[in-house]
Amino acid sequence: MSEPGRGEAPLGSPPEQAPPVLALAGVSKAFGAVRALREVSLQLFAGEAHALAGENGAGKSTLVKTLAGVHRPDTGQVLLDGEPVEFHNPADAQQAGVAVIYQEPTMFPDLSVAENIFIGRQPRAALRRIDRATMHARATELFTRLGVALDPEQPARGLSIADQQLVEIAKALSRDARVLVMDEPTAALSGNEVARLFNVVKALREQGCAVLFISHRLDEIFELCQRVTTLRDGGWIASEPVAGLTHDDLIRRMVGRDLDTLYPKQETTVGEVALRVGRLTREGVFTDVSFEVRRGEIVALAGLVGAGRSEVARAIFGVDRWDAGTVEVNGRRLPAASPTAAMAAGLALVPEDRRQQGLVMDQSIERNIGLTGLKTLRRGPVISRAAERDRARDWAIRLQLKFNRLSDAVNVLSGGNQQKVVLGKWLSTRPEVLIIDEPTRGIDVGTKAEVHRLLSQLAADGLAVLMISSDLPEVLGMADRVLVMQEGRLVAEIPRDRATEESVMTAATGRAS
Amino acid sequence: MSAVTAGRSSRGVVDLVFRARELSIVAALAVLVAVTAGVNGNFLSGQGMKDIFLNASILVLLAVGQSVVVITRNIDLSAGSVVGLVAFTTGDFLAADHGRGVVFAVVLGVAIGALCGLVNGLLVSFGRVPALVVTLGTLYVIQGLDHLIAHGRQINAVDLPPALLALGNGTVLGVPYLPVIAVVVMLAVGYYLRSYASGRDFYAIGSSPEAAGLAGIPVRRRVMGAYLFSGALAGLAGVLWLSRFGTVVADAANGWELQVVSAVVVGGVAITGGVGTVYGAALGALLLTTITSALVVLKVNPFWQQAITGALLLLAISVDRLLALRVARVLRRRNARHGS
Repeated sequence: MSEPGRGEAPLGSPPEQAPPVLALAGVSKAFGAVRALREVSLQLFAGEAHALAGENGAGKSTLVKTLAGVHRPDTGQVLLDGEPVEFHNPADAQQAGVAVIYQEPTMFPDLSVAENIFIGRQPRAALRRIDRATMHARATELFTRLGVALDPEQPARGLSIADQQLVEIAKALSRDARVLVMDEPTAALSGNEVARLFNVVKALREQGCAVLFISHRLDEIFELCQRVTTLRDGGWIASEPVAGLTHDDLIRRMVGRDLDTLYPKQETTVGEVALRVGRLTREGVFTDVSFEVRRGEIVALAGLVGAGRSEVARAIFGVDRWDAGTVEVNGRRLPAASPTAAMAAGLALVPEDRRQQGLVMDQSIERNIGLTGLKTLRRGPVISRAAERDRARDWAIRLQLKFNRLSDAVNVLSGGNQQKVVLGKWLSTRPEVLIIDEPTRGIDVGTKAEVHRLLSQLAADGLAVLMISSDLPEVLGMADRVLVMQEGRLVAEIPRDRATEESVMTAATGRAS
Repeated sequence: MSAVTAGRSSRGVVDLVFRARELSIVAALAVLVAVTAGVNGNFLSGQGMKDIFLNASILVLLAVGQSVVVITRNIDLSAGSVVGLVAFTTGDFLAADHGRGVVFAVVLGVAIGALCGLVNGLLVSFGRVPALVVTLGTLYVIQGLDHLIAHGRQINAVDLPPALLALGNGTVLGVPYLPVIAVVVMLAVGYYLRSYASGRDFYAIGSSPEAAGLAGIPVRRRVMGAYLFSGALAGLAGVLWLSRFGTVVADAANGWELQVVSAVVVGGVAITGGVGTVYGAALGALLLTTITSALVVLKVNPFWQQAITGALLLLAISVDRLLALRVARVLRRRNARHGS
């Protein structure tokens, strides 16, 4: 196996080789005011595993979707074997041999596993009928090649995430894909499953496939990939061989500044217990979760996607029912499944998906902020617009919100400013405990630092903060204590001074990383 | 992997052709027929059975068309109006000149239906307006058009060519034409949906529209096709309606769209798309028709017919929902045990 990427050529491309199988040249893409990609270039060579690194919101997903034919670049070109091509839709990209495995597997739950693999390209018998026997045989053959035992006739509904990913890989294999793009394929996998996936990817690479690999786990990049391209705030930072880089080098390229300024953690005095969760269980989702959060403390809830973190938060706030256990706020027990009671007791939940769960996107900033306190905004039976506006203005200033008018709909704001509106909405309820799920997902680095400063300030003022985050540097930078969940159970509690990327990931995956 | 082996052994020809839903409808039909025949022997007489099959045929055709639309996670509420419009316009056309052929009338009817389907399809797939709103709108527009054309008139059987009336009431080898047409259409569509790549696309779209787009399936073209097909079948049903009843006023088949949707849902086609067969939908149509006939034979107040249809619909949907919840719970447990 030759080591591509040893050359000194620009962009770290290997010398004198066939043109890259797939490349982006100076690609820009904007969504409204948000510039998701700015002049990004990327070259994928046959037989290489190429990592795409960058923080949340750096533009990785947009880049993937550009390669997949979902988005079309505003400017710049997509090159296939050195020739410019235009992918008008996903079918074009697939035709060209580009297979994409998205972060969320895209299954047809009602169809069989074999049909999921061959949809649109089923083997045909006479009269163009689908040849089911051949289809199942070929699916079985693919699974044998991948070394897994899946039944092709089983419906896709109910497959675990790992199995769904294998089906997606089988789909790529069946297409004889020349380029395989994997957007965080390992996020929800356990140790064995990751190892199995890596073996498959290595085999594909040796057969001459180009692999673009996205992962937040830096170790995996170093283990699997030869070259790495880093994006930051939609811009291209570097493309270089992995050999010779250190973790710190890569983080510095991704973050673009010292971690200290991004995670301005203040020293606080920890007060009495504000939130106490006792043996909380929701059958099949999480089991026996017990912890407490004190005033002035930021406690991070870490773990892999699907470990049950958001589900615990939803249950505490009363969105979902719990089957057993207790939740106490300031020593008073909360009834199950009542967000109203949770709010009255001083809980606030900033949800994971601000577009779906956190905001009414078409409504104004002031309406959104006022939503949690409609009772307090009433003058007689009607809601006072003036009071609503005053409250919104107050929070907009305190959160340094960037906006034109308070009457603007929130969907014109950038992701970071939207998140500030959600924060304002909940902070205006004067909570004693703030649960915040993925506080900075999809937010640019500048605003991210602001959100962190704000959280730190709130904790210093005596708020108890429970922060769920998949962003490991954020967890390590902000938390006083790290709770780690794995498969629905709380498996570790790590104090700030002993929390490292390694210790958290080891607990989260149940393996030595 | 134990579930895999268990699944494989239980899967057989019976399972593929008649799944649980179809079997339970057949069982319900058998009980219904047995009870009714026990009370009144005439129910099973040749004429009684013939009437049921004749009445069911048009509903079956409409249910087959509707299933294709519902499988793509859409709905076509305009089907009943299309039947009415086509029945009247083709009747008008044939009554004007007895020399006009029946084949030509069928082609005309199907074309008018397809045109209505085209409008629905364009608005839903390319206009991106929710199907419920679009087809509710076209339901009224087509009905209005029908009244405008009819202008209070009525088509009478005596004005129609005998060949057309023979289509509705004649038989081939002792079997009436209508059920033969309905069964042939049902089998053809069922086979197409199961055995052709474009047929599977309908299921994929209904199962997950986003994933269908990412998989390179021409989603809009297929949804368009589903409406075109449903419209064309409604057109055919309109001509058959004319040939069966002979006498047609402007509001023929008014309200049938809800019967059709009921038949489809009772027959196991999920209203959320992706699941179900036209065989189930056709059985659902047969069951609803048989219930109506049985209640007449049993001299039950017609009010109960509607109440029973409604109850059956609620039962079908509750069963689907309960099954879905059970499956979800089992899967949740399994994933919790094995890790995800």
